[in-house]
Amino acid sequence: MPQPTRRHALGAFVVKELRHILRDRQTLTILLLLPLAQVVLFGFAIRTDVNDIRLAVVDPAPDDATRSLRDRFTGTDRFRVVASAPSAERLEPLFRRGEVDVALVFAPGFSRALATGAAAPLQLITDASNPSTGSTMQTYASAVIAAWQRERVTRAPASGAGGPVVIDPQVRMLFNPTLESVNLFVPGLIALVLTLVSAQMTAISLSREKERGTMEILLVSPLRPWQIIVGKVAPYLLLAFANVLTALAAAWLVFAVPFRGSLVLLLASSTLYTLVGLALGTLIAARTGSQLTAMTASMMGTMLPSTLLSGMIFPIASLPLPLQLVSHVVPARWFIVVVRGIMLKGAGLAHLWQELAVLTLMLAVLMVAAIRSFKPRLA
Amino acid sequence: MNAIMVRELTRRFGRFTAVDAISVDVAAGEVFGFLGANGAGKTTAIKMLIGLLAPSSGSARVAGYDVLTQSDAVRRNIGYMSQRFSLYDDLSTRENISLYGGIYGLRDAEIRTRGDELLRHLGMEPIADALVGTLPLGWKQKLAFSVALLHRPAVVFLDEPTGGVDPVTRRQFWEMIYAAAARGTTVFVTTHYMDEAEYCDRLSIMVDGRIAAMGTPAALKAEFGVASIDEVFVRLARPATAAAGG
Repeated sequence: MPQPTRRHALGAFVVKELRHILRDRQTLTILLLLPLAQVVLFGFAIRTDVNDIRLAVVDPAPDDATRSLRDRFTGTDRFRVVASAPSAERLEPLFRRGEVDVALVFAPGFSRALATGAAAPLQLITDASNPSTGSTMQTYASAVIAAWQRERVTRAPASGAGGPVVIDPQVRMLFNPTLESVNLFVPGLIALVLTLVSAQMTAISLSREKERGTMEILLVSPLRPWQIIVGKVAPYLLLAFANVLTALAAAWLVFAVPFRGSLVLLLASSTLYTLVGLALGTLIAARTGSQLTAMTASMMGTMLPSTLLSGMIFPIASLPLPLQLVSHVVPARWFIVVVRGIMLKGAGLAHLWQELAVLTLMLAVLMVAAIRSFKPRLA
Repeated sequence: MNAIMVRELTRRFGRFTAVDAISVDVAAGEVFGFLGANGAGKTTAIKMLIGLLAPSSGSARVAGYDVLTQSDAVRRNIGYMSQRFSLYDDLSTRENISLYGGIYGLRDAEIRTRGDELLRHLGMEPIADALVGTLPLGWKQKLAFSVALLHRPAVVFLDEPTGGVDPVTRRQFWEMIYAAAARGTTVFVTTHYMDEAEYCDRLSIMVDGRIAAMGTPAALKAEFGVASIDEVFVRLARPATAAAGG
């Protein structure tokens, strides 16, 4: 046989893989719709930002000052006053019954203290039974108070040089000014979908060949191990591309998630990450016996770490130290930094090269391991 | 030159010797039956011949190439049909044909003409575009065999090709084997059916990793003074079974 037949062999193999994928309509539909469903579900259900905050106002001596701050709260679309009380004693049952999220408590001397420049006593009580929403509500409320304070100072410059110096803690939420949690989730979801398509689907597809006995036929044929792997992987790479674009489009259309960086860089990084996943899937398939084992193994070995140890939901810094160390070998951890950087900060290669280098290194190691484990003679 | 030349071929797994210094010669165009009880070492021996397993010692040449040092050339010149169905159920007959033609480096035109010829020969032209998974088992096996011969290999290895197939189809299958041998293809076949063993030009019977007997069916029956290969097989295999039990 002449040598130039090699490329044809790989081509025939890729065509076969595409046919497998296109013919299994159910799986294909699920895989194509998955990013859409995930972005929408995560975006609506698991968002940690809080919109309808129920506010209780305790104002023993209402006057212009307290009323204007109160109006300031109701003026935002996040806060809604559900209770007004003359004293703080009434608050506890309200919190206990879960009817109130935040209470704004004016002390009787509030306006006087404000006028004389003394520390104006004002208490902010937050239901922190869910620490994450609790601190978010606290942040919102503080921001409202700070804005109100700022406004008073600028409106009353006549108070003269001896007037109170109000320290204005101008808090700006960088890159995500409105603290939209969906902005943070979308990069993680892209990583998750790519992990599923690459690692898990390759693992399943390769172990299916093993289980059905067709792998033996392929290994006996002139196809080389790298051709089998490339042929398996190439179609899923296309699918992964489609998924990234779907996820981005859904994020942009439904949640107006910003996209500040380079799309080319994002797609290139996604390709790199997908290849890491594909190599991982290949390795898993080579080391496991059946489709079921391969599926469980890829679930445990890729999906769980990609969700829990990647910083997608829980910040890496809040993990216990041993898990922080483990997170370094989770590819999604690095990829999510890259996607967040590109999407939210508009970061370029100059800022992200370290993460990309780590992923490249992982790819090299996994590729070598995957091809080695496919050498039939090692059996 | 012989199509298959095996010299002192040995494979050990730890302390267990699965194949123990076997030597076999198979002439070009011969139908060679490779028999043995389950666990006798047949599959291990075949895996070494088709390049799926490295020998611990000894040597083997298949289609003129050394299995250890020239495995690429061996792969291009052999066909293989495993005991498990080797085609893809979710591809059509024609798609399976073009896949294997492509893997073995046939040109598109060759794939088309040989594929058409194959389909006509099997009488499968009307269902060429049906998914293979929908075909009856007998048809699948005949198709798998034809596909294994698509690249016209010098040697074809058949590992229990007729398992679970009805007697009529088995007969047709053996006619196909003869036809291939008549065209010069060497056929190396394992089987559990002793009536099929009688169809082989020559055969060997493996017991505990060694070749316990080898020759034409007639010579073996004469040597053991029995009327059928089945009886030869039982004579040879029984001591091994008894030893394994004790």
